[in-house]
Order: sequence, then structure tokens, then C-alpha cells
Amino acid sequence: MKESLGTTGLILNEPLLWGKGKKGRRAFSLPRRDVETFLLNEDLTGEGPDFPDLSEVDVVRHYTRLSTWNFGVDTGMYPLGSCTMKYNPKTNERQASLPGLAGAHPLLPGSLSQGTLRMMFELERYLSEITGMDAVSLQPAAGAHGEFTGMLLIYAYHKSKGERRSKIIVPDTAHGTNPASATLCGYQSIPVKSNEEGILSPEAVAKVMDEDTAGIMVTNPNTLGLFEENIKEIAEIVHSKGGQVYCDGANMNAVMGIVHMGEIGIDVLHLNLHKTFSTPHGGGGPGCGPVCVRKHLEPFLPVPRVIEENGIYSLSEDIPESIGRLHAFYGNFGVMIKAYSYILSMGANLKKASQLAVLNANYIKEKLKDVFHLPYDRPCMHECVFSDKIQEANKVTTLDMVKRLMDYGFHPPTIYFPLVVHGAIMIEPTETESKEDIDLFIEALKAIALEAKENPDLLHDAPSRCKVKRLDETTAARKPCLAG
Amino acid sequence: MKEISDLNLPEDVCYTEDHEWARPEDDSVRIGISDYAQDQLGDIVFVELPEIGDTYEAGEEFGTVESVKAVSELYMPVGGEILAVNLDLEESPGLVNESPYNDGWMIEVKPGDPAELDDLMTSDAYLEALKGEE
Repeated sequence: MKESLGTTGLILNEPLLWGKGKKGRRAFSLPRRDVETFLLNEDLTGEGPDFPDLSEVDVVRHYTRLSTWNFGVDTGMYPLGSCTMKYNPKTNERQASLPGLAGAHPLLPGSLSQGTLRMMFELERYLSEITGMDAVSLQPAAGAHGEFTGMLLIYAYHKSKGERRSKIIVPDTAHGTNPASATLCGYQSIPVKSNEEGILSPEAVAKVMDEDTAGIMVTNPNTLGLFEENIKEIAEIVHSKGGQVYCDGANMNAVMGIVHMGEIGIDVLHLNLHKTFSTPHGGGGPGCGPVCVRKHLEPFLPVPRVIEENGIYSLSEDIPESIGRLHAFYGNFGVMIKAYSYILSMGANLKKASQLAVLNANYIKEKLKDVFHLPYDRPCMHECVFSDKIQEANKVTTLDMVKRLMDYGFHPPTIYFPLVVHGAIMIEPTETESKEDIDLFIEALKAIALEAKENPDLLHDAPSRCKVKRLDETTAARKPCLAG
Repeated sequence: MKEISDLNLPEDVCYTEDHEWARPEDDSVRIGISDYAQDQLGDIVFVELPEIGDTYEAGEEFGTVESVKAVSELYMPVGGEILAVNLDLEESPGLVNESPYNDGWMIEVKPGDPAELDDLMTSDAYLEALKGEE
């Protein structure tokens, strides 16, 4: 194996801000007071908040040091399954920070916003083309918001037909947020188990689908990284009872420009621009979770919608059946610019990006399937799911192994998800890792599997090289200390 | 994780397929989760229990248990009205790990139909079922 990426590094200790500074120290100078003193009403005065007294350099060094403890896609491989932590090209950031875009005010009149409106209009068309759907709203702010929007659209559709359905089918291989989005919309989730091949069988869906069921929420590719091969037949079953098919598109990175979602029976699909379309994420936002629909759901899309007439773009609120507004103004515009920039710079290569994402995941799956238990041994999409079944004999768990991966300089993959695999290790390499880096990752995991046999304690104590060693997650959850 | 042979499966309680246990007492039934369940979940950090006076049917979800790994639902081994809940679990959810059949009990129920207890498994049957899951 090549020299490991992981080292102890030059990492400095840093106390909390309250452990720094000195009474009276400050980072700015107030101008000399040139007005009369005026006493405030006593009700308005009192002790201020407990802020530390710091200079500018105290604050800058504090956050700079903390940032060196961090690990991101710009640091190294971040194979977090289900999250698509691909490298985000810097050109996207450049476009998003152009003054005309970064400074565009949402209250500017349409006549002064033609460029921004056109960009949103075109981005909607691009997303339609990539997914094979008819119309798009860019308004939802993230994936779960997109799911919720999708549920509202399905609700509005049934209502327009004078129906009120109460249930929605959610398979065990769907994203964990799906039942929550359905519940928030007033639907009761009906769980369905995937079959022994890790996908949904039409029979299982037929058994629970009835005229009181609003539809189904599938994640395709699903959370096992497998393509739902029976989706067309499942969609026919759901449609035959008047239901709608919602697809969670969080795993779209496997199928950009490859699967025509409309043709396989999807009625509404959400995308995560912050995953698939390469804008930084993982820090809590902002995200962008557009919904793409087929023609019959378009009248219900949220307002305002970007429309074009004779080459003039404007925002229209005149959509009588719309489910209404879901976000201030028109969503997270900065994310949209980055996705627009990404799509235009990739062009037809978007399809190749998906192909490489799938190839990389299958390469890892094949290289590691002799070392780790592979519950579903069949071609995967953009991610593969192993378990700790083999290592269990040495009392080594998934958690121990992925903690050890940090010592080798990699971000751990997603663990203990999906729930259908006991002790799951879910690896999504994405298309942006080179073969050399993927090989290094594979070597690291093979070395860890060997350590699990020969020196399990090394894994129980891992990570041992990092700035912060094994965290006590139990105490952190049972007795959280959220103070500064 | 424990080997199946190391599990503590007392004979004075009945078991469900979802790994809850039920212990008949004078007029009530005490309910919790099995040693196998707590071992599989790992360190438990939060237990969500119902209100006293609520009623549930057998098999209905009455709460959730959250460990560092996952959140799992809790299902009623028998139907009935909630007479008591173990408030100690609010402060010390780890009791479920330390003492799943005693201090880590979850709810006490006035059973609607005590015959439902007969549908549950004995410790021997439960042990066999666990071996089947391996």
C-alpha cells in the first residue's frame, strides 16, 4: 500500500471562545460620541448576554484553528452513502459570486431582473430534460422540503378530483425522511418490505394499494444502491387505482440523463441540487430541492412561477390551482446559479458523470466483497452496502471499522443505514474520485479488515491519530452539554 | 454483541416477535424490551413512552426507543390501558441496557383481554425464534 494519507498533522489546540480574551478587549473602536447622553427606560436595560471580550485576531485564529480540525470534500475522499459528496468545481463558486448575481435584490422589478429570471427559467428546462419530466419548480429549499412539496402536489391533485385519500405507501428502502414528509401532509405511511433481491416486488405493492391510498413514495435508485427494476409495473398498479407515484430523487447521481422518469411512470420527482448538481452541502444549508412533475400536476406547482412571453421573463402568481408559496421570494437562488453553472459546464458529460459514479461504486463492491459481507450481491448503482457480519466474530463492529478509516485519512462512509441491512456500511464514492484514490481507499479498508482479525483493540480505540479520539456518543446523547 | 447462548431470557415473562416482553402481575401486565433487543440496539439514549390512560391494541405502536445507532418502534404485546410508565427512563434511559427486565421496564397495562398473553412466546420458543434469525 502507498503511504497512508492519515497523519497526526500540525493541529493546534483551541479553547472555547469564553476561555480566551480579557475583560475589556474588543475588535472595533467606536467613534467618539457626539450627541447628548440620554438615559434609556429601565425596562429596556439590564445585564447583557455573556459574550467573551475578544480582539479581531483572537476571533480569526479561533475559527481558523477550528477549520483545520475539519474534513471536507476539498480535503479528501468523503464516501458518505446517500449523500453524494462529490467534488464541487470552483468555477460554480466564481459564477455565483459575480456581483450582478450575488447582489441581485429579490425586490427588484422584473424589468431589471431579466438575467436572473432567464437563468431560473432555463434551469427548469434543463432539469426537465435531464429527468424526462414536463415542468419544474425550483422553490423548495432542500430534499425533505421537496418531498413535502411533492406530497402537497399529490394531495392537491386528488382534491381537484373531489377525492380525499388517507394513506401513502413507503417501502423500507426509501429515504428515512419520506414517512415524515407524508405524515406532515396528513397521510398515514403504509410500510412495504423489499424482496430478497433488495428491491420492491409488484405483488407486495398490489397487496396494499387501494382506492384510499394516495400513492407511493419510492426512492430510485433505492437506499441499498439498487435500481427498482419493477418500477414500471409498480407504477401501473398504483395508477390503476388512481394513485400517484412520487420518486425521491436524492440518488439521481446514478441516472442523470439515463432514466426517463416520466416514461417509467413517475408523476413527481424531487432533486437535490446540492447533491447531484454539485453545490457544497453538509453544513446545514442552503440547499435546493426542486420538484419535477408530469403535465397533469403542473397546475398545482407552487407560486410564483417563472414564465416567458415574447422573450420577456416574469414571475406569475396567477396560477389558480397552485398549492401556494413555500419559500420567501423564489428559493435559494445562489444554489441555483451553481447548479446552472455545473450543468452548462458539463453538458452531455452529465450522463458520463453518472456512468462513472456507478462504475466506481461497482469497482469498490467487487474489490471488497471478499473482505466484507455483501448482503445483496448484484450490480449496484452509485453506492454499495456492506455489513459487519464477518467481523462480528472478532467483536468488531461497523462503527469501529469506520472510525479506524479516519486514521487512514478518509471520511467514514454512512453507517447503520439503510435499516434493512444489519450493521450497514454504505459507500458512495461519486464520479469525482480518481482510480488511484479509490484504490487507496480500498487498500485502507482491506488493512482494517486484517486489523479486525489480528488486533481488534486497535479498532475499538480508533481513531488514534486524529485530533479528537473516540467520542463518547452515548453520554453526548444522554447528557448533552450545549453551552459555549 | 452477545452470543445467543449468553442472552438473559427469564422464564417469568412472555416474548413477542418484535422483542418486547410482558410479565403478568396481579391485575396488570408489565412490559419492556428483551435482552436481545437492548443488545442489538446498543446504548439507549432516549425512550418515548405513552400517557397514562391511553389505550392501545395488541401490536399497536406505543412508543419509540432511540439508541446511538437507530430509532425503533415499540409495539404492544397485549392490548389495554396504560396504568403506569417508568419515569426513571426519562433521566436514565441506560436502565434499559443494564436491567431490561427489572429497572428498565417501560409500561404497565391493564389488559383488555388477558387471553392475548397466551399468543406470546415462552422463553424457549423465543430462543428458538432468535436462532432462526441468525
